[in-house]
Amino acid sequence: MKPEDLLFLESHEWVHIDGQGGSKVGTIGISAFAVEQLTDLVFMELPKVGAKVAAGDELGEVESVKAVSPIYSPVSGEVIEVNKDLPNQLEILNSDPYGRGWIAKVKITDESSLGKLMDYITYQKQCAS
Amino acid sequence: MTTANLLTTPLHEWHAMHGGRMVDFAGWSMPVQYSSIIEEHVATRTAVSLFDISHMGRFIFQGPDAEALIESLTTRRIAGMEVDHIRYSLVTNEDGGILDDILVYRLQHSSGESFYSMVVNASNRNKIRDWILKHQGNRDIGFEDHTLDTGMIAVQGPRAVELVEKRTHFPLSGMKYYTGKRSEVFGVPALVSRTGYTGEDGCEIIAASQHIPMIWERLHQAGQSMGLNAAGLGARDTLRLEAAMPLYGHELSEDINPAQTGLSFAINLKDRDFIGREAIVVAKANPRLNQRIGLEVVGKRAAREGSEIFRDGKRVGIVTSGSFTPTLQKSISMGYVQPDCTTVGGELEIDIRGNRQSARVVAMPFYSRSR
Repeated sequence: MKPEDLLFLESHEWVHIDGQGGSKVGTIGISAFAVEQLTDLVFMELPKVGAKVAAGDELGEVESVKAVSPIYSPVSGEVIEVNKDLPNQLEILNSDPYGRGWIAKVKITDESSLGKLMDYITYQKQCAS
Repeated sequence: MTTANLLTTPLHEWHAMHGGRMVDFAGWSMPVQYSSIIEEHVATRTAVSLFDISHMGRFIFQGPDAEALIESLTTRRIAGMEVDHIRYSLVTNEDGGILDDILVYRLQHSSGESFYSMVVNASNRNKIRDWILKHQGNRDIGFEDHTLDTGMIAVQGPRAVELVEKRTHFPLSGMKYYTGKRSEVFGVPALVSRTGYTGEDGCEIIAASQHIPMIWERLHQAGQSMGLNAAGLGARDTLRLEAAMPLYGHELSEDINPAQTGLSFAINLKDRDFIGREAIVVAKANPRLNQRIGLEVVGKRAAREGSEIFRDGKRVGIVTSGSFTPTLQKSISMGYVQPDCTTVGGELEIDIRGNRQSARVVAMPFYSRSR
């Protein structure tokens, strides 16, 4: 996926929205900037499939040598799939943060939070400031 | 981030030009890392790294009563130290609370007169300076704070001695650990000591601020073929944690008595007096005080400062430092627990952000270099 096709949270999560059988599904990950800032990732906790999350809720966490950072959900809905292989291959987050580095897919039940997300250009401006 | 009003070291520009991620550390703008903490850590364990530690406080004590003054303030005996020897010690208040951990160097002028140097933590520099001046009394000493007109570089790693010796002709390999020598490095006056805070072999170099960038640059260049890295405070922290070296503000504080720390080598109570001595004697006789331990945590998740430690569901202590460590590839922690929980091999649990994680008491240090 190209970052230009994604929406971003201030806290550096991205989401790709696509339709799937009538309802929208958000694929969620963390940005290349976040991965670069965190460096030295050693641990990731994924959400559980079936978990219900609201936009802004903690979806999981990622830990670097230095500190632990929560991963927030950009959307509201139900977790329908997680990237099970990712915690054992965290280097994927460096090589392909917007593709194979996806973390979870959430079936969106409430679209009201989508309007608060940033496009890539706005997000990049935030990272540069 | 804003770095206004922060103190800067003589290497500030170098750090900025080489991708140093600068953070506020005890009022100093310091590099936490350049590339990756893990890479910088591994380079220190396998080759050699340079650390800018110019933020550490550097004091000089001149005059006939310098020894007596320092002796009255340190948990370790300073009187009778040989010239060019260095001792690690704690400084305590009347209640035995730890004010700082320090290095004391006994040095000698060319006139033959002794003087002392003291290296203190950046976060405690003002506190210790005030403490010294407060207890100076009518002793005849000259106290000088040289933190801002000198700099300090740590060269650490299995190839550190070779690098410094080859390039500066400083006879480092003939020097014992915890000794220092005043001589020249690249033609400028410097104090070089075989000391460090990584658990590796190496040395630390103190020189006038204006010479520090030159010394750093030349060592940096000369070390390239050895795999030399510049390393930041992040790697310094994971390295010292593996070596189970205490960090002030974590394992050491005014709420901790030296008798709890396991640093008995730095506490001399016999036939001497110093501020805090009585409180240490009392604490040593108290069987209920928490003690410092090392823990290996199951899984990759790190316990962090403040994580609570449990045994059989009952709270028995608290974590003071913890990280996933690159050399050991394990999550390790130090902390303080009830004295009946300190047995090596004992099973405890740590609350890591709401999850109880199994942990085992292990001997410290977690890592020792092969000699």
